[in-house]
Amino acid sequence: MTGANSFSVSGYGPERAGWTRIFARDSMARRLDWPMLLAAVALSLIGSLLVYSATRNRNEINQGDPYYFLLRHIMNTGIGLTLMIGTVWLGHRALRNAVPILYGLSVFGILAVLTPLGSTVNGAHSWIVLGGGFSLQPSEFVKITIILGMAMLLATRVDAGDKKYPDHRTVVQSLGLAAVPILIVLLMPDLGSVMVMVIIILGVLLASGASNRWVFGLIAAGAIGAIAVWQLHILDTYQINRFAAFANPDLDPAGVGYNTNQARIAIGSGGLTGAGLFHGSQTTGQFVPEQQTDFVFTVAGEELGFLGAGLIIFLLGVVLWRACRIARDSTELYGTIVAAGIVAWFAFQAFENVGMTLGIMPVTGLPLPFVSYGGSSMFAVWVAVGLLQSIKVQRPMSA
Amino acid sequence: MTNIPETGRTPRVQIRLVVIQILVLSLLGTLGGRLWYLQIRQGAEYQKEASGNHVQQVVDPAVRGDILDARGVPLADNETRLVVSASRTDLLKQKDDGKAVLAKLAGVLGIKPEEVRQKVRLCDAKTPQPCWNGSPYQPIPITDEATPKQALQIRERAEDFPGITAEPEAVRRYAGPGKSNTAQVLGYLSPVTDDEIQKAKDTDSPYLRSDMVGRSGLERQYDKVLRGKAGVTRYEVDNLGRVIGKAKSDAAESGSNLVTSIDSRVQRVAEYELNKAMKKAREQFDKITGENYKADSGAVVVMEAKTGRIVAMSSAPTYDPNVWVGGISAKDYKQLTGKDSDYPLLNRAIQGQAAPGSTFKVVSTAAAVQAGYVWDGGYPCTSSYSVGGQVFKNFEGENFGPISLGRALEVSCDTVFYGLADREWKRDGGINPKKGRPKDYFFKTAHQFGLGKETGIDLPNEVTGRVPDRQWKLDYWKANKDAWCKSGKKDGSYVEKIAYENCLEGNKMREGDEINYSIGQGDTLVTPIQEAVIYGAVSNGGTMYQPTIGKAVISPDGRTVTPIKPKKSGKLPVSQATLKGMNDAFAGVITRGTAAWKFGGWPQNKIPLHAKTGTAEVYGKQTTSWLATYSKDYTVIMTIAQAGTGSGASGEAVRNIYSALYGVQGDGSIDKKKALLPEPEKGLPKVRTDGTIAAPKITGDPGKDAEASQQDNPTNGDNQQPATSPSPTTRNRTTRRRPRLKGSRRMLT
Repeated sequence: MTGANSFSVSGYGPERAGWTRIFARDSMARRLDWPMLLAAVALSLIGSLLVYSATRNRNEINQGDPYYFLLRHIMNTGIGLTLMIGTVWLGHRALRNAVPILYGLSVFGILAVLTPLGSTVNGAHSWIVLGGGFSLQPSEFVKITIILGMAMLLATRVDAGDKKYPDHRTVVQSLGLAAVPILIVLLMPDLGSVMVMVIIILGVLLASGASNRWVFGLIAAGAIGAIAVWQLHILDTYQINRFAAFANPDLDPAGVGYNTNQARIAIGSGGLTGAGLFHGSQTTGQFVPEQQTDFVFTVAGEELGFLGAGLIIFLLGVVLWRACRIARDSTELYGTIVAAGIVAWFAFQAFENVGMTLGIMPVTGLPLPFVSYGGSSMFAVWVAVGLLQSIKVQRPMSA
Repeated sequence: MTNIPETGRTPRVQIRLVVIQILVLSLLGTLGGRLWYLQIRQGAEYQKEASGNHVQQVVDPAVRGDILDARGVPLADNETRLVVSASRTDLLKQKDDGKAVLAKLAGVLGIKPEEVRQKVRLCDAKTPQPCWNGSPYQPIPITDEATPKQALQIRERAEDFPGITAEPEAVRRYAGPGKSNTAQVLGYLSPVTDDEIQKAKDTDSPYLRSDMVGRSGLERQYDKVLRGKAGVTRYEVDNLGRVIGKAKSDAAESGSNLVTSIDSRVQRVAEYELNKAMKKAREQFDKITGENYKADSGAVVVMEAKTGRIVAMSSAPTYDPNVWVGGISAKDYKQLTGKDSDYPLLNRAIQGQAAPGSTFKVVSTAAAVQAGYVWDGGYPCTSSYSVGGQVFKNFEGENFGPISLGRALEVSCDTVFYGLADREWKRDGGINPKKGRPKDYFFKTAHQFGLGKETGIDLPNEVTGRVPDRQWKLDYWKANKDAWCKSGKKDGSYVEKIAYENCLEGNKMREGDEINYSIGQGDTLVTPIQEAVIYGAVSNGGTMYQPTIGKAVISPDGRTVTPIKPKKSGKLPVSQATLKGMNDAFAGVITRGTAAWKFGGWPQNKIPLHAKTGTAEVYGKQTTSWLATYSKDYTVIMTIAQAGTGSGASGEAVRNIYSALYGVQGDGSIDKKKALLPEPEKGLPKVRTDGTIAAPKITGDPGKDAEASQQDNPTNGDNQQPATSPSPTTRNRTTRRRPRLKGSRRMLT
């Protein structure tokens, strides 16, 4: 954070050049959270290599072009970065006014999925195919609008100084706001996203300072909800099987347990340094399904070993650590809640995704932030990074 | 960076944020820990699992080593067949999955395209034969009977036949030089079983699925050296089994060659003579049973007396070992092993056991000497010997008066041995021996002669025979007394009476038991190979050898020769003086004793022969004939079940074997040029620089040649007792060589 000297003032002309203004001492760029940004960019680039490794031989999905997924992943990263810059430029406060519109749009998006517009991928009816190889997963954006919407409701009166903590009515309102999209997503059914959203609500409520009763109540409701889902047979067979396979990975190794087994073999065989990029036999032999998306971590495990896979966890740690700092350092509750919501989102999704490849979490269809291939997810996480940066940038300088 | 909020942030929120942060970090820590556990702690296991996941092996079978006779003539070798195979992996890469190529191939081979397609499809529950049930990565043989022209067509236009190969491949062949058969000694091969693969998995010589394994005989005994090491190419495959790379390959190593001490010519003579002797015996009338001798099985062993090396070993009935090549048919298998078969797979030279009859007297004589009886004492050879109302007769009721031990051995006087055994039995305390150990010279000596245990010959599944001593009697009684006591009747039939007596005191050594035992009757069992060891030892001055057939192992390149040395297994418990006495007695058997009528005109002064005949009684069957003989170089043992006396059944055959060995002509002259093996083969066959082994050619039939040279023999041929009734000519060979069926193929998996 002290590398200011490298951007010295140019020697000719009184006018500062455009780029030097960006990096001026009090400029926005100087106030960005660079460690988080660099870690996120690094994760995206590592992700592009892993995606490439997993798909370069898969002629049946890469349309004969080994770079198909690599280029798209890089493109997605580029779009994601642009979205982040846009978000920072607009600022989270400006966006606060647009929250009702964004919320409405995202709920409309997931509703559209339930209409014939949507299509089913891997058992989850959560996609809108746009044509031309593009498709959208609106539930990714709902995660953002839930955070923004709840934060807006919960923080308004506190930030205005009216109240110390959000009152019960506000909490109920915010929960209702979150419940609508959650119920819709549950109908898809996209269980993974529902789980993420519930965790987001928990993070948001915690950060908002809402009464402990709400926090524990939510946890209890989550538990009861899980039991209800189980007992009322809301889950499809494939989802139950995923849990059964998690409990006993040797169960039906050719069927349900296959993913888990192959994923664990891939990671375990990586050892300390891995088989080398593009040299993993599990990856080259396509033994792990969905390896460019949900199981991308197995490529890292096999080809980059403990050092490479550990680096990914470390980089995720950097992002989360900085996000926690931002939440704590924010001068207004709105920023704190948004940051905490994002922390809960990223942390749970990363833990669930990596955990399922390591066999300590059940298999659900959740991408690994930044690393997994997938446009919607990539855009959403970068927008989230933009929000975090905006919170950091727009708080008064503490120096 | 400061942790102090400038806002009026409440501590509640601040604390909760810290909690979130700790929670987040611990989650990541959990992931890191689990990652360490999988990759570092258990990494090796997963690596193994991963390689098992995606590596497929293609096996290039090793050429099995030859089994050669003492002069290098192959008894078992490999013949080359042109095998046309298709690689599924390559075929599936083609646009139509290789259909066009297979159709073209069918045209070249002159087979229906449909047939070819069926052969390369993989077997599963729904696919009927023909189909391929081996590894899909293994080249699938379409035919192993391609002509050179067909092979050339395929190989010259390789670009027209992608995925098709035409290669010469080695297939086991039992050559049978000079019409010899050697079936039971050589043994046979069959594909390895899942069980064996599992068992041998972690040993230094694991099996591959395609391996053929020696199942009996030398093929089994020397399987490890003969088998060699199959070449393995490991391919990396993807989750659908498509080949994505070559991992590692080991070239095949041929198996070593085994040189044996068998001389295929002598082997042929032995087989021929045994067969002839059995056929002749069937023409003889048995006065006791009132029908012709059955002569249903027999064995002959020719062993080097001074080394224990086997020159010839034959067992009848026999079979053609080539029935095993290319997989045995169910019908043939039943014929070889079924209940109605005469069990031709048994090697009766080591697996056939019978009471030894008078050939056992060599043991009894040694026992008498050990017990302190002087050689030249006068032992009464009466016509019968009575014990408590039971009368034991001399074999043909002769009475020689008081004679020496040597003379008793020579004329095979039973009553002398009855008397000696009876006295020893009484000295040991009779039916209830005194406290302390009975001396049991007769039984101890039998054990010292190596009876009741394997000789240790280098063939599998040798049987032990039996010495019916006190311990055995006790064990046997314990196992059977309930049945005996149930069925035994004091005044019942013969069997019931025996059972009654056995029930009462079958656990004890009775007087009659020991008397009977002394002349090799009763419960004593010996194998021909045990007799060969004993008589060989008498010939060579008292050293017993562990018989061997393997003589040397020669590496495929011919550079490493590992000799298999003769092994001494013990000394006969007799003094040189006693041995000399025995020698004289056994020579007397040839010149004036029980075998003299078969050895008239033998040049005994030039080639001294020694013999002991034996005729063992078997309850409910005709007598077993034994003839144990030796010269200074060889010992020849022949036995035929249900064939009468030793000299009558085997005398001529054994004489002919000696004649063939030494070149003795029918008129008693010796033609050294015609001698097959006047001295045991000492050296090993010559190995050429390229590793091949030079071998003389055998033309004609040594068995018939030897027979022809005995035309003028006065004891041969027509002066035998005439047969009273014609005997059905039973073939001694159970199976004939099966013609190879068109399109049949070797089993590769």
